[in-house]
Amino acid sequence: MNYVVIGNSAAAVGCVEGIRKVDATGAITLISDESHRAYSRPLISYWLSGKVDDERMYYRNEDFYEKNHVKTLLGVRVTALDAAAKTVTLSDGTVLPYDSLMVATGSRPFVPPIAGVQDCPQAVTFLDWDSARRLKGMVNKKSRVVVLGAGLIGLKVTEGLAGHVAGITVVEMAAHLMPSVLDDDSAAMLQRHIEKNGVSFIYEDPAAKVSGNLLTLGSGRELAFDVLVLAAGVRPNVELVRDAGGTVNRGIIVNSFMQTSLPDVYAAGDCVEAMDVVSGARKIMALLPNAYMQGEAAGKTMAGAPEGFEKSMPMNAIGFFGMPLCTAGDYDGEAYVKIEEDSFKKLFFKDDRLVGYILISDVDRAGIYTALIREKVDLKGVDLELLRQRPQLMLFSNKADRKRIVAGGSITQ
Amino acid sequence: MKKVFAIEEFCLACHLCEYNCAFSHSGMKDMVKAYKSGFQPARIQVEESGEINFALNCRHCSDPVCMKACITGSISRGEDGVIRVDTNKCVGCWTCVMTCPYGAVVRGRGDRKVALKCDLCTESGNTPACVEGCPNRALVFEERGDD
Repeated sequence: MNYVVIGNSAAAVGCVEGIRKVDATGAITLISDESHRAYSRPLISYWLSGKVDDERMYYRNEDFYEKNHVKTLLGVRVTALDAAAKTVTLSDGTVLPYDSLMVATGSRPFVPPIAGVQDCPQAVTFLDWDSARRLKGMVNKKSRVVVLGAGLIGLKVTEGLAGHVAGITVVEMAAHLMPSVLDDDSAAMLQRHIEKNGVSFIYEDPAAKVSGNLLTLGSGRELAFDVLVLAAGVRPNVELVRDAGGTVNRGIIVNSFMQTSLPDVYAAGDCVEAMDVVSGARKIMALLPNAYMQGEAAGKTMAGAPEGFEKSMPMNAIGFFGMPLCTAGDYDGEAYVKIEEDSFKKLFFKDDRLVGYILISDVDRAGIYTALIREKVDLKGVDLELLRQRPQLMLFSNKADRKRIVAGGSITQ
Repeated sequence: MKKVFAIEEFCLACHLCEYNCAFSHSGMKDMVKAYKSGFQPARIQVEESGEINFALNCRHCSDPVCMKACITGSISRGEDGVIRVDTNKCVGCWTCVMTCPYGAVVRGRGDRKVALKCDLCTESGNTPACVEGCPNRALVFEERGDD
């Protein structure tokens, strides 16, 4: 068997590890346009702040490729996929045949169509290690930084730069920060905390024009900057599959075995649309845990031991300036709310199931809530008061269920 | 592999397993001194309701979601089957806390805000301290062969 893996982050590593659980000898070639060995993308903001050094950036040990008998082609791009001939063409002209192909091409930063932004040398994106390195080289203690976008990336780059620059202003089109992850209450709490660290926010005033070192917003307000970070979202890299005739919506369409519509072509991670186990909707859930697990399941399937993965769901464990937060699932349902001075809890219930949560500060044992969501546990059999108090397995009031789960059984009933 | 199992009928919720766990991982010789110096939290936790009590730590799952979800690659399984955290690599993002279905990964405190979990006391080479110190044999260390 001749496997080719395009990509070198979580989904690609998961794929390699999945293949090797089934097939110890098949040839694996891994191709990446980045020249680094596999590193953790979510750590780039930690690296930017200096909390993580070069050595701690790597996602796997140095001997990862050797141990897994993977041939790497790093710093090379795949420019075309021919699904009929079963080959990929590389940027250096090489044509590589495959028996089974993994497309784990991830995403790229979306550059918003703001007049003048393309020609602004101080406007940068922030998604990979090289972009973090470039940004680090551009800032100093005197830099005035404007960040466009208060999503995950925008806030993480803000945290990474805080204390290293003169000031940071975050400009967000929506009415509150992290609009796709938090509701307005939780966003307000997080904002108050971030503001204490010398960061200011502007909402519902989209960027209109960049001219020299001046950003003009829709309202006419002007912001002077030395560095402008574009964190207005990402776009999945779907072109290889689309141009080869594969089915693509916003992301690459895959089934639960992570198979694309092209024979022997699989896809996983930030470039795919998968089924959200909570809402049942097909969507891009560009989060590392999903990417790894999708990649691993695909790898096993590619190697001849088919394993479906139908547990993708939105979930975030993230912290800013020492304030941790965990969120999961959907916020559509009846809410249980407990908001205190510096902690926050919302649980969302629908049809006798827990479907989502937002937790700030006290995130201990949140995984029990996550499992209740992921496994769609029917709450008729549990003690709801205990569930609201805190995540605990005591909530399973049926003794046999509880004993089985506490011993290591699945949380499914 | 051998793991720690709780027998809820025997558990008195005395929390000694937690103290013994925290102490044995403190690297100190004297429990009182270790306690006063500020323990990191125990990697085993007692749930108690008065009627029902049990202690719970890592299940060393055959399909460990914490390990797959870890954003840094700090969680790995040793050849002995034990799942461990490389606390030098961990950045304390708590993705493992968010994904462990048993709530068995705990958050370190103070200047060590890293994920902590049961390592079955493999560093000391002894029977796990929680089991060793349980006064009512509500914890056992045994092979049940179900994974």
